[in-house]
Amino acid sequence: MVAESSTKTISVTLRVWRQAGPSQPGKFVEYQAKNLNPNMSFLEMLDVVNDELTVKGEEPIAFAHDCREGICGTCSLVIDGKPHGPHRAVASCQTYVRSFADGAVITVEPFRAKPFPVIKDLITERSALDKIQQAGGFISVRTGAAPDANSIPVAKDVAELAMDAAQCIGCGACVAACKNASAMLFVAAKVSHLGLLPQGQVERGRRVLAMVRKMDELGFGSCTNQYECSAACPKLVSHDFIARMNRDYISALVHETFAPASPTMSGGA
Amino acid sequence: MAQLDSKIPSGPLADKWRKHKVESKLVNPANKRKYEILVVGAGLAGSSAAATLAELGYKVKCFVFHDSPRRAHSISAQGGINAAKNYQNDGDSVYRLFYDTIKGGDYRSREANVHRLAEVSVNIIDQCAAQGVPFAREYGGLLANRSFGGAQVSRTFYARGQTGQQLLLGAYSALSRMIGAGGVELFSNEEMSDLVVINGHAKGIITRNLNTGQIRRWSGDAVILATGGYGNVYNLSTYARQSNATAIWRAYKRGACFANPCFTQIHPTCIPVSGDYQSKLTLMSESLRNDGRIWVPKRKEDCKKDPGTIAEDDRDYYLERMYPSFGNLAPRDISSRAAKRVCDEGRGVGETGLGVYLDFSDAINRLGENVVRERYGNLFDIYHEITNENGYKTPMRIYPAMHYTMGGLWVDYNLMSNVPGLYVLGEANFSDHGANRLGASALMQGLADGYFVIPNTIGDYLAGQKPGSRPPADAPEFKQAEDNVRSIISRLLSVPGKEPVSHYHKRLGQIMWTYCGMARTKEGLEKALQEIPKLREEFWANVKVPGSEATLNQSLERACRVADFFELGELLCLDALTREESCGSHFREEYQYPNGECKRDDEKFAHAAAWEYQGEGKPPLRNIEPLNYESVKMSVRNYK
Ligand SMILES: Cc1cc2nc3c(=O)[nH]c(=O)nc-3n(C[C@H](O)[C@H](O)[C@H](O)COP(=O)(O)OP(=O)(O)OC[C@H]3O[C@@H](n4cnc5c(N)ncnc54)[C@H](O)[C@@H]3O)c2cc1C
Ligand code: FES
Repeated sequence: MVAESSTKTISVTLRVWRQAGPSQPGKFVEYQAKNLNPNMSFLEMLDVVNDELTVKGEEPIAFAHDCREGICGTCSLVIDGKPHGPHRAVASCQTYVRSFADGAVITVEPFRAKPFPVIKDLITERSALDKIQQAGGFISVRTGAAPDANSIPVAKDVAELAMDAAQCIGCGACVAACKNASAMLFVAAKVSHLGLLPQGQVERGRRVLAMVRKMDELGFGSCTNQYECSAACPKLVSHDFIARMNRDYISALVHETFAPASPTMSGGA
Repeated sequence: MAQLDSKIPSGPLADKWRKHKVESKLVNPANKRKYEILVVGAGLAGSSAAATLAELGYKVKCFVFHDSPRRAHSISAQGGINAAKNYQNDGDSVYRLFYDTIKGGDYRSREANVHRLAEVSVNIIDQCAAQGVPFAREYGGLLANRSFGGAQVSRTFYARGQTGQQLLLGAYSALSRMIGAGGVELFSNEEMSDLVVINGHAKGIITRNLNTGQIRRWSGDAVILATGGYGNVYNLSTYARQSNATAIWRAYKRGACFANPCFTQIHPTCIPVSGDYQSKLTLMSESLRNDGRIWVPKRKEDCKKDPGTIAEDDRDYYLERMYPSFGNLAPRDISSRAAKRVCDEGRGVGETGLGVYLDFSDAINRLGENVVRERYGNLFDIYHEITNENGYKTPMRIYPAMHYTMGGLWVDYNLMSNVPGLYVLGEANFSDHGANRLGASALMQGLADGYFVIPNTIGDYLAGQKPGSRPPADAPEFKQAEDNVRSIISRLLSVPGKEPVSHYHKRLGQIMWTYCGMARTKEGLEKALQEIPKLREEFWANVKVPGSEATLNQSLERACRVADFFELGELLCLDALTREESCGSHFREEYQYPNGECKRDDEKFAHAAAWEYQGEGKPPLRNIEPLNYESVKMSVRNYK
């Protein structure tokens, strides 16, 4: 029982952003993708187009991908104006040809955000997200120093909520979807994941201050509560976490301002 | 001929690791920062190693070809991680986990390593929980467990169907902390392309930056490879598309022995192939077998019918029938072969006939759809996205696919290869899983190697190296290695060919799957050993690699990796041909019991085969490390 549509093929026109390098100008170029099996993934369609280009002696379209099952966060296409394409709760690699009408013209672009410069064609540089993690996205626990795991009980609903936040795949679609290129959802996911758990309490204030400051320093914009971010998130990480982070941030700021200076409040690792 | 000294400590099995730690040489704290360790890879094994070594005070440089350490293939592990915590009070213990793993590996792994793995498994869970890994919990707040194949206890810890993701993010957070603190320098998009060996010791690597094409030399006091498995030699697999064998393969060509390459695992529960455009196969976690029942119709005529219309009596729940005590949780090699067998009999389902049902209707009746959704919701979602079918309503269709590689670079008890100073961790080494890995044991091994083994064993080597003695990067060996990398790249770019790399990768994969997949024969393997070199020649004469080496060039990246797969594929088949027995995942049709089970030959093959490169065009040398079982008696595996 293969999906019904599998017998009928689909042909589409792709308008793809081509840009040879970081400082080169880019432009849209049209390609025809013909007689596609609807059960093919969007990236498999690009594979086929690329093989055809290669045979013709042209350079294939560079696009980022790896796991092709929605978990590594590498794929990062804007399809018809939407980060990760038309469907909710999936990454670009989980988008299938069957979602498009025969004869459709599909525009494919890279994530567009100032902190994510284009490296080539559809590939952008997203290491800014790693830098935010390095500023404080962790619980400081040296290897070997941990107590027995069951000595720190965590209520099931708290663990589940922490897991909802922890699911973030770090793709940056939230940034690409936000008109201000804010990384608030990304940061809020990590801050909430760790801040919800008992293990994360000691560094809670320091963590949120350090991560938010790093985010600002790296040129991400601010949040104006449009919630395009959570709508584009392939894991549907909720914008409620942003509100949670804002509360943490304010209370940490108050604490930092009025509490006596202590080295643990200085942020960073 | 390589020296294979396994360095297994003497004394009773359960004391070996403790004793070894006490007896190993240490590097004093003030000297640690004088040593520079190059860690290649930041999956579970690499990031846990890099973070922990930096905590100890070593200077660490970490290289990944990904754009971030968080993208390593470990991220996609779904089901869980084993540990002998015995939180369920169901009779588990370090010994039982050790024993299950040895038996699961069909008595082809090293006893002492496996026992150590079982010992440190409990520390891993503590470490991960303290880092904030959001493991599944029971209502009382304590950790929840489930069962995996090859075990009769519940010792698997999990975080929904995203355990690998959460464990990797834990290790990544430890790594990020040490990067922030200046203990680790991270180099992303940097692919290791060669190993530099000086006076017989590993002292550096050559990398290519995948964004700029720049080729660089790095000198170090020791090199750690944690670069993952080589299953993409089969082209279609559950691996991420970029997973590759280049780091270990180039190290092999510099003298590191490659052990048991033919021990490759085929996972029984994956979404079947749907067309020739297919780029990868998606796993449906083994955890599904806790509640899903596997069946095919008893009669061929029923195979194309709607499964809902096939009466209970007309279904063959073949795993439950053949292995009543393990049932649907029989180990992977056994379940995969059973699926192949029923499909070969013409009882497979789906359009291609290469599929069996994984049916949740019983579980849904017993527990309700909500409970099933809570346990496996994301897996049902993945299934739906890919197949456009609803697994809650109709049974899923699954088929075995290439999934994991037990073989890898040979290492001793310290995880050092036969090249001094070269360590190999995680899936890249051969050590702990023998001829078949049990579910939820790879994550355990990766983190055991990185968090708990290497920090305790690397000092023994470094203590013998004078601080500051690492060679300068202008040593002739560096130049020679760099020239080697440049010449491979320019050769590939200058082939006046016509076919894209994918064309050759697919054809190589077909040869591997046909002749060296779930069932292997002498004739088939000999055929593969004729066809692979022929196809390789064609590849080098007719591949088309557009673009230049001085920019991001994905065709070139893939061409380099596939070139290595061609050579590795050949070694894999040679190993399979030479191992004239069946064991675990290595099933040679000539060697089986009348009921179709593996027939080992302990007299001739109770050893690891460690292949040693002898130079271009020369047959490799087959060294052996005998496996001596002191505590466990080797017996015929029985899961009935
Ligand atoms: C779909 C799937 C599900 C799985 N589920 C489970 C499970 O539930 N339980 C379980 O125990 N196991 C599971 N496994 C197996 C397990 O995930 C892997 O064996 C394990 O994660 C491997 O970890 P690793 O650290 O050795 O390598 P990887 O995670 O593969 O990391 C390799 C690293 O090396 C780097 N690298 C590689 N080559 C180079 C190079 N030449 N230069 C620079 N860097 C390089 C990469 O960038 C990456 O950082 C699963 C595997 C798959 C495919
Ligand atoms: S390729 Fe991994 S999330 Fe899409």
